[in-house]
Amino acid sequence: MAIAAIEILDLEKSYLVGFWRKRPKLALRPLRLTIEEGEVFGFLGPNGAGKTTTLKLLMGLVFPTAGTARILGMDMDDPRVKAQIGFLPEQPYFYDHLTARELLNYYGQLSGIPSKERSARVEQMLARVGLSDSAGIQLRKFSKGMLQRVGLAQAILHDPKLVFLDEPMSGLDPMGRREVRDLIQQLRQEGKTVFFSTHILSDAESLCDRVAVIHQGELRGVGKVAELTSGTQGKVEIVFYANAQQVPTALTALGAESRFGGGNMVNSVLPEAQQDAALDVLRREHMKLISLTPVRRSLEEYYIQQLRPAENEEIRNQESHKQENQKNELREEASRKGVGV
Amino acid sequence: MNSNVTGARIGYIAFNTFREAVRDRVLYNLIAFALLLSGAAILVGEISIDIERLVVVNLGLTAVSLFGVVIAIFIGIGLVSKEIDKRTLYTVLSRPVRRWEFVVGKFFGLTGTLVVNTFFMALGVFLALVYVAHKFEPMDVWVLAALYFIVLQFFIVCALALFFSSFSTPLMSAIFTFALFVIGNLSEDLRGFARVTSGLGGAVATAIAYMVPNFSALNVISQVAHGDPVPGRLILYNTAYALLYSAMAISGAVLIFQRRNLK
Repeated sequence: MAIAAIEILDLEKSYLVGFWRKRPKLALRPLRLTIEEGEVFGFLGPNGAGKTTTLKLLMGLVFPTAGTARILGMDMDDPRVKAQIGFLPEQPYFYDHLTARELLNYYGQLSGIPSKERSARVEQMLARVGLSDSAGIQLRKFSKGMLQRVGLAQAILHDPKLVFLDEPMSGLDPMGRREVRDLIQQLRQEGKTVFFSTHILSDAESLCDRVAVIHQGELRGVGKVAELTSGTQGKVEIVFYANAQQVPTALTALGAESRFGGGNMVNSVLPEAQQDAALDVLRREHMKLISLTPVRRSLEEYYIQQLRPAENEEIRNQESHKQENQKNELREEASRKGVGV
Repeated sequence: MNSNVTGARIGYIAFNTFREAVRDRVLYNLIAFALLLSGAAILVGEISIDIERLVVVNLGLTAVSLFGVVIAIFIGIGLVSKEIDKRTLYTVLSRPVRRWEFVVGKFFGLTGTLVVNTFFMALGVFLALVYVAHKFEPMDVWVLAALYFIVLQFFIVCALALFFSSFSTPLMSAIFTFALFVIGNLSEDLRGFARVTSGLGGAVATAIAYMVPNFSALNVISQVAHGDPVPGRLILYNTAYALLYSAMAISGAVLIFQRRNLK
């Protein structure tokens, strides 16, 4: 049986807050999640959802209040785990007195890469993230995008089996984001497991095999991207060239919502049940069909759906509190007047 | 993880700490020190008769000690807290590095910086000594012993700064460490007071006298300035004392840091 890359077993974290540090604040509710080897797994959630807390728990940077996790079949506290994982923190900051080459060499030393291999490996990583020309410059002179690349290089320097990336695309320009996406794709091809947190859904949709949605420290949903986005909305989208700047009335009569693109190109969305009838209309009117595609649910829709229950629940809670308060006020007023409610 | 690998990792962290201090221009204080000492030597040469050596040794070694203590406190309090604030620690601790290795590595990095610093400042003292006395005398060898004791003081100060910074803010850590340095320099007086006091007050004074670092015993500047020898037994005792005290403070820092959540 294949070993799961990450097995999170009811990992929970709360912090003590307040002046006397006696009030517990839950940062992560008991989380149970399994990530298989070779998967690219996206951990989605809005800011403050608990993504970074989960990553810090797995990295041993903070300690769980309860629960545990197994990484590559070993207990998360096992020192051997660290040799096989790579980590890129959110908005990484490195020793700015070092050059990119010195920093990678230092991390190579700490990771136990033998000295004979180390310098070749460092140069290889610098080339891989496109920093060979800037390798001798101190990091204090690096831009945010360049620091992110250094961060990626240090995370994969020691050829780890499992890579954790915390918001790897955050703050990057479109070119930088594309480079990071390409790198994650390469890691997938090399058979690495990638666990990355993000709130940029388009990146998750294009990269991940599976995603989990977390909100307010609670896991809201998990599933394969292909399955989550496969459900059609019961609608199809037809793109065609009209003969003039006018949508055939027969098509509108089928319930199509149409809009013109460039020139005479029309984009119509209509119920799936009417698709054959719509094609007949196009044939009859001698209009050129460009494409017909089912309207799929996007990851964004799934994500918002997962977050909504919480918002609805909050509204419900607030409403019930309000009602309870009103009832109490009525009771008090009634008791003052000596009338039962 | 075997001990060779552990030792190597501590060495890498120590070297990186040393390199950071050098590149942050910490050793620039040497220039200020050199200027101060040359100026003082010329001045002393002008105004003192027969006591030039005494004044230069006193002035030089006191300056070495104060410069070093200030560096030890101000770098020591930020050794770990700066790495947490800047989050540079995250990428270090996500590697096969244990927390205690990190703390010990940082300690050795800073003490290494201070040893190099002291070496160059000591050269300055000896040059000033040659300038005013025109020659070396056999008793000047005891200046080396005094310098060695100053380095031992740095070990304790670094360890204390690291200990306080493991649970309090940098400002409070600096205040605590400096306060202990001052009290530690008065520890002989404190012990004398404890001896003549009885009852609860005496017990408290005795406890405090033995708890604070005994920097008085590590201060032989006045003695060597007068050309008095430093007994071998004192060198041995002071070495053992400084190493033990530093080890205890570092162990305390490690114990606290091991349990700390890096938020």
